[in-house]
Amino acid sequence: MTAMLSIKGVETFYGRIQALRGVDVEVGQGEIVTLIGANGAGKSTLLMTICGEPRAAAGRIDFDGQEITGRQTYEIVRMGIAQSPEGRRIFPRMTVRENLQLGATTTDPAHFAQDEERVFEMFPILKERADQRGGTLSGGEQQMLAIGRALMSRPRLLLLDEPSLGLAPMVVKQIFEVIREINAEGMTVFLVEQNAYHALRLAHRGYVMANGRIILSGTGQELLSNAEVRAAYLEGGH
Amino acid sequence: MYHVAYFLDQLINGVTLGAIYGLVAIGYTMVYGIIGMINFAHGEIFMIGTFLSLIGFLLLGLLGIGWVPLAIVIVLVVAMVFAGFYGWTLERIAYRPLRGSPRLAALITAIGMSIFLQNYVQLLQGARNKPLPPMVTGGVELVETTNQAGQPYVISLSYLQILIIVLTVVLMVVFTYLITRTALGRAQRACEQDRGMAALLGVNVDRTISLTFVIGAALASVAGLIFMLRYGATDFFVGFLTGIKAFTAAVLGGIGSLPGAMLGGILIGLIEVFFAGYFNLEYKDVATFTILVLVLIFRPTGLLGKPDIEKV
Repeated sequence: MTAMLSIKGVETFYGRIQALRGVDVEVGQGEIVTLIGANGAGKSTLLMTICGEPRAAAGRIDFDGQEITGRQTYEIVRMGIAQSPEGRRIFPRMTVRENLQLGATTTDPAHFAQDEERVFEMFPILKERADQRGGTLSGGEQQMLAIGRALMSRPRLLLLDEPSLGLAPMVVKQIFEVIREINAEGMTVFLVEQNAYHALRLAHRGYVMANGRIILSGTGQELLSNAEVRAAYLEGGH
Repeated sequence: MYHVAYFLDQLINGVTLGAIYGLVAIGYTMVYGIIGMINFAHGEIFMIGTFLSLIGFLLLGLLGIGWVPLAIVIVLVVAMVFAGFYGWTLERIAYRPLRGSPRLAALITAIGMSIFLQNYVQLLQGARNKPLPPMVTGGVELVETTNQAGQPYVISLSYLQILIIVLTVVLMVVFTYLITRTALGRAQRACEQDRGMAALLGVNVDRTISLTFVIGAALASVAGLIFMLRYGATDFFVGFLTGIKAFTAAVLGGIGSLPGAMLGGILIGLIEVFFAGYFNLEYKDVATFTILVLVLIFRPTGLLGKPDIEKV
């Protein structure tokens, strides 16, 4: 398996605070790889560092065999990486359709209708809400929109930051089902989650992060049965 | 009858003056929307627009292009292009290096650029008033009546006023289409709402901000052209007062709101003209700035301003 995304020794700072302390992660073509860890471990920072905002202070990130460390965010994104970021960050004063159009910024406008229809098939509620402003959607709908918007650019690598956060169990189930489907169609997914049980069951491989470092890695099954992981992230049984 | 006629006269005057403020106000409000700074050098771009129009008309006169509609179209396009270039350069040189620094730094730079541009034009063009002979003359008589002294009083809509209104309406339609329907406008609005997210979707944020300055400057130069046709003279200092009044218009309409900027501009134009027409000519500027103070105290978000609270 060739590594589509390769992260080596990456360190990231927010001002003087070091958020990542030498992170090594690989994501292979066609995989779902998950990154779990407690709040503040640096998971979201890693996703944002892949996209170049903030920049990595040390280390190297390669995508498709090309170095992307230090490139501009929009250039990195145009190479085929899309992110549904922490907090969803949909545009509240724009309609659902405009949010999707912005997701398609980097693609040929001729694809738009087809890609939009595909997102509406995955999340039918968005079709009903197409002309509604993003800020009026519920949390679950906003999450669907954030994922749909990321898919509009036809990315080869999809970065998802806590798609289950704050959502009802039914919605979480629906979203994880969509992730499974798009992966089955060939999309590579790098998934950051606090909901470790669901994420590890879905993923081919996983990494565990704490205090800005990767402390464990393995297949989803290995991590699920690891005593440390169970104690730290799966307590309460879910 | 005379009172109605006089009122109508003031109304037309106010709207055409308001068009100038509105066109300049859009530049303030767009830049504020996208990078959160008040570009105090924007009034100077307007002033440069008046000079570009003046130079354009004089050059066309030398070249022997005397047909006024053609001259106006050429000057309009040339002024927009050159002013756009000034706007682009201003952002690139003075503001982009300071992006992410404290707001005060950007504000001081803007005031610095304002003073610089005034002095630059003063050096190049001299400090004296530069006149332009009337380009558009004549008009349509609307009402003929007599004033209190029994003399005839004619209300007419001059061709110049018609030109100003048509030009402004056409520009507003094109501009509204650009902002609400095109990819560039969407990118522009996205950058206003969440610049980081726009970049994550592949929007080139720096280029979008540059284009915002270019569009704002181009509209200000049209205001400069209108000013030149309306008053027939300019100097290096005209950008100061017009700039501050346009800024007042942007605040009145709700800073960050594009329809608000145009509405605020028209209202400020009307307030100024009616105050001068019915109360006191000398204190018309006081009336305008009293509005600014009242808006800032009682309704800081302006008439069409967006409330900050959004469900997220």
